[in-house]
Amino acid sequence: MRLLAIAAAALFLAAPALASERHPTPAEIESEVICPVCNPETLDQSNSAIAQRMKAFIKERIAAGDTKSRIEAKLVANFGESVLASPPKKGFNLLAWVLPFVGVGLGAVALAALAWRWSRSRPRGEPGEAPARQLDPEAERRVDEALARFDG
Amino acid sequence: MPRALKLTAQALALGLVAALLALLGWRLSHDGQSPAKGPAPRFSLPRLDGSGDVELSAFRGKAVVLNFWASWCYPCKREAPELEAAWKRWRERGVVVVGVDARDFSGDAKKFGEKFDLTYPLVHDGSGTVIGDYGVTGFPETFFVDRSGHIVGDHVDGPVSRELLDRNIQLALRS
Repeated sequence: MRLLAIAAAALFLAAPALASERHPTPAEIESEVICPVCNPETLDQSNSAIAQRMKAFIKERIAAGDTKSRIEAKLVANFGESVLASPPKKGFNLLAWVLPFVGVGLGAVALAALAWRWSRSRPRGEPGEAPARQLDPEAERRVDEALARFDG
Repeated sequence: MPRALKLTAQALALGLVAALLALLGWRLSHDGQSPAKGPAPRFSLPRLDGSGDVELSAFRGKAVVLNFWASWCYPCKREAPELEAAWKRWRERGVVVVGVDARDFSGDAKKFGEKFDLTYPLVHDGSGTVIGDYGVTGFPETFFVDRSGHIVGDHVDGPVSRELLDRNIQLALRS
């Protein structure tokens, strides 16, 4: 039952992505493609001659039934990978996607190690209790005398 | 933490920072830098008419006019007839004009060549690698390569005139 629920949730989440892949809108591709002569503007932000031409190409290919990844592949073949606003998730470019997570993971491990070390270096005792300090023998003798006078 | 482990971790961290700085330095020094002089970066690019590739090294012994262009570029339309005329004027004397189309649809570029009756070799730099190697930042741009494969003369940033073409071709032939 639980597996079925997870599968249903995964399908629910994946459905929009699949729809976007099979039936992309011009607007979503235009926002993911860089205008090659007005970098870093995306196509939807540019009115340059080549941006207009690329927008027309995207509309043509959508009308012809091309998928989003197929249209992007055609744009990359003509303009190079730099035309994509996000680097493709393969080869060397995969590093751009993976490294931030690796960095966050390493940072978390370092923080956990520091916290563990810090907690171990603190003197043990009940929560809220002041840490016990060792008095030197002379001070201890004076405290004992004072307490004895107080009791007496 | 043991002292040796601590030192190793510090050395690794320093090494990583040094490597990243070196990578940044390399990228900055190679990004958009125009090889105004020196050996012309080699390339092998597909011809726009689909009949094989053009290799720059195949023109060793000839002077090469290397013109970077795109079909959507208005000044490129103005200079295309000048380049074609220069090709016809000089080709019998060991000169070749090569048009490198980039940041463009190859279909549009092909139509451009047909519209202006361009008969010199036209190639397509789809990945943009060659324009990166030459540090091309806009279109049109023209370089002149001498018989030994070195860039000589003016690096023309903008439409090239007959006078500029003839002067630099003569220089490339003499070098």
